[in-house]
Amino acid sequence: MAEKKISPNLSESKRSFFKRFYWRDYVVYITFIIVFITFSATLAQSGFLSSNNLLNIMRQSAIISVMAVAMTFVLATAEIDLSVGSVAGLASVVTAMVIGKFGLVPGILGGLCTGLLVGFINGTLVTRIGIPSFLVTLGMQGITTGAAMWVTNTAPIPISNSTYVYVFGSGNFGPIPSLVFWTVIALVIGHVVLRSTPYGRQALATGGNEVAARYSGINTKRIKLYTFIIMSTVASLAGMLYAGRMQSGRYQWGQGDELSVIAAVVLGGTSMFGGKGTIIGTIIGAILIGLINNGLILMGLSASQQMIVRGAIIILAVALTGRKVQN
Amino acid sequence: MSSAIISMEGITKSFNNITVLNDVDFELREGEIHALLGENGAGKSTLMKILRGVYQPDHGKMIVQGKSYDRFNSPNEARAAGISMVFQEFSLVPTLTVAQNIFLTREIKNRFGLLDDKECERRTKVFFDELEVDIDPQAVVSQLSTGYRQLTEITAALSQEARILIFDEPTASLTQTESLSLFRLMRRLKEKGISMIYISHRMEEIFKIADRITVLRDGRRISTDEISNLTIQKVIENILGRKAEAIDSRELVSTVQQDQVLLEVKNLKCNRGVKDISFQLHRGEVIGLAGLMGSGRTELMQAIFGINPIKEGDILVKGKSIKVKTPEESMKSDIALIPEDRRVQGLILDHSIRDNFILPMIQLKRLANRNIFVDYRRGNDLAEYYVKTLKIRSDSIEKMVRFLSGGNQQKVVIAKWLSTKPEILLMDEPTAGVDIGTKSEILNIIRDLAKQGKGVVFISSELQELIAVCDRVIVIKNGQVDQVLNRYDIPGEERLHQILQGAGNSG
Repeated sequence: MAEKKISPNLSESKRSFFKRFYWRDYVVYITFIIVFITFSATLAQSGFLSSNNLLNIMRQSAIISVMAVAMTFVLATAEIDLSVGSVAGLASVVTAMVIGKFGLVPGILGGLCTGLLVGFINGTLVTRIGIPSFLVTLGMQGITTGAAMWVTNTAPIPISNSTYVYVFGSGNFGPIPSLVFWTVIALVIGHVVLRSTPYGRQALATGGNEVAARYSGINTKRIKLYTFIIMSTVASLAGMLYAGRMQSGRYQWGQGDELSVIAAVVLGGTSMFGGKGTIIGTIIGAILIGLINNGLILMGLSASQQMIVRGAIIILAVALTGRKVQN
Repeated sequence: MSSAIISMEGITKSFNNITVLNDVDFELREGEIHALLGENGAGKSTLMKILRGVYQPDHGKMIVQGKSYDRFNSPNEARAAGISMVFQEFSLVPTLTVAQNIFLTREIKNRFGLLDDKECERRTKVFFDELEVDIDPQAVVSQLSTGYRQLTEITAALSQEARILIFDEPTASLTQTESLSLFRLMRRLKEKGISMIYISHRMEEIFKIADRITVLRDGRRISTDEISNLTIQKVIENILGRKAEAIDSRELVSTVQQDQVLLEVKNLKCNRGVKDISFQLHRGEVIGLAGLMGSGRTELMQAIFGINPIKEGDILVKGKSIKVKTPEESMKSDIALIPEDRRVQGLILDHSIRDNFILPMIQLKRLANRNIFVDYRRGNDLAEYYVKTLKIRSDSIEKMVRFLSGGNQQKVVIAKWLSTKPEILLMDEPTAGVDIGTKSEILNIIRDLAKQGKGVVFISSELQELIAVCDRVIVIKNGQVDQVLNRYDIPGEERLHQILQGAGNSG
């Protein structure tokens, strides 16, 4: 234990340059550039650099990006939410069903309220009863998937409202695909909230040291409750984007996304232990995952090979970013 | 005269061209307790880290137990040479028993190759008996008090044949009684020929226990001398490099406005620690809370600040009864708390000075920009201002507080709360573990606040500090007010000590 604590000091004099540069914070950008250049060089023939393919990458990473923005806040407060993928699935189903029965606006509201409700339950169980978020949201993953399967008898619910489909995922705003538009909205709002609002600063403080945050007057339980509500609501939005893109609601939309979302956030330099994170890093992390997926497909790797390479790259990058500063 | 077990000669060490140690000699004799003193940043911890193999010196050599070394390349090399450190932050596994900790990684196995807890416990008992330490080897470490943990840790070091122990502020988190049993153990070790280096800011302790004192200042050795040739005054002068403003000789001009009650606590009762406490704090007054650890001092402050839930009783600020269920409510009534443990309760160590500093102001919505955003520009200006006025030593307000010295960290906590312009400031051990210069600055801040008409409640385990700055001292015993002493009735430090101990024994 003693050695572990003090070893970073050993290199203090030798590595002062790197220390000042805080290069770990930039691993995601460096990795991004390296991967991009490698793919550009090797996959140019396969059309990697075509504007169509690049837009495709953006489109494919959009939904993960949107959820990853909210997940940055969850990890920054030193909590975790494993239910996001399933919540997205449930919200897609609810939206599709409500649109079918009551029309566009109730459908959108219904989808968002699904997230609001789930987030409220998650947050309340974590902050009031004190169950670790890992367990609460793992349970909620089952509950929401089960609920979505139950109400639909596991069948997809088609959406015929063309406005909805256009705005949420399938259309374009000018030259920009609507999915990319939603990503940019999430990026801008998330960045401003984290950097410049009291809530953002207090979320980071809560994750950095909950006791000290409480002694500074911060209602850390309220901050965490808000964070869970935001997370699930944004996950619902993600589900609605799936629904728009697929023109249907189905319990499978978003399933398993929690892993890509968390990987994107951690790749982006947010600490799993809380107290540290940036939205820009998160978005780059999400696009990096999309980039890798795309490149591996263009290389002609089989699905199984893709999974192996993807897993290895994520572990490598997280290993480079993940170590906590110690004194 | 006993011979030297360690001699470090001409030790020089620089970081980034800044010389931290300059040609320092240090000698430890066999069976000696040698106090190493100096302000934060004087080079004590660097010197010790060189001795422990954490840092390597640029020049100089070390002779340890007769063998000459240019350097220790790792803590393991130093340990093999017989040097052990008693950590301020404890290095025991809390869920294991005392015996399991002492034999951690060297567990004794029976003939089937399985762990033999019984034998470990028996041998642990032998160690404890030899040192006259009364700890149950089967006890789980997490259930031991801090003092017992420390004794366990020392025993663990000795069981590995350590001949040289380094103590860094060992009494910082111990109660009076625990400190006394630590000193008893140290004397016993001395008889057995163990040599000890003792780092502490507490002068009285040093004069009780040490044989010799070495003072470092600005990376140079200023003096090494037998304790019998020294006085506290002289040592402080050596540490500071100037005549010290003696703590208890400072002139105290009372600024109490008797007709203005700022804070009144009436029959306060909590589930934790506080049984029945009433007192009044006036404008311009400094009240000291004296009492042993566990007497309810800290719990009282936490109750007033909304952290320790109140069961019965009233708190009135400027005559108005307030309900404090959270720190936020307390802050809105202009109360601030400098908590006991700055690293856990006071600061987010991985955040910058600025980001720590602005938290209370954000909570009070005093740094708002267009009602939605944090006004970081003003936050920066205020942080710069307080860093300057409180003389916080740091190259930038963006620096992580983890990398500041203890005294500077404490000043960040103080700055963070002064920025809220509190009328009532509760300070729980603000001078613990900070160097003499900073201590004196903190005491000056307290008196300045009183002069400005604020009220301060001050906890310190160092009684001379209480006597030096308080208008009244309230002795707390067993969650109740035992007695209230006016400044001019305070019978001197020794007597106050006896009152406290008496309060402790009967409580």
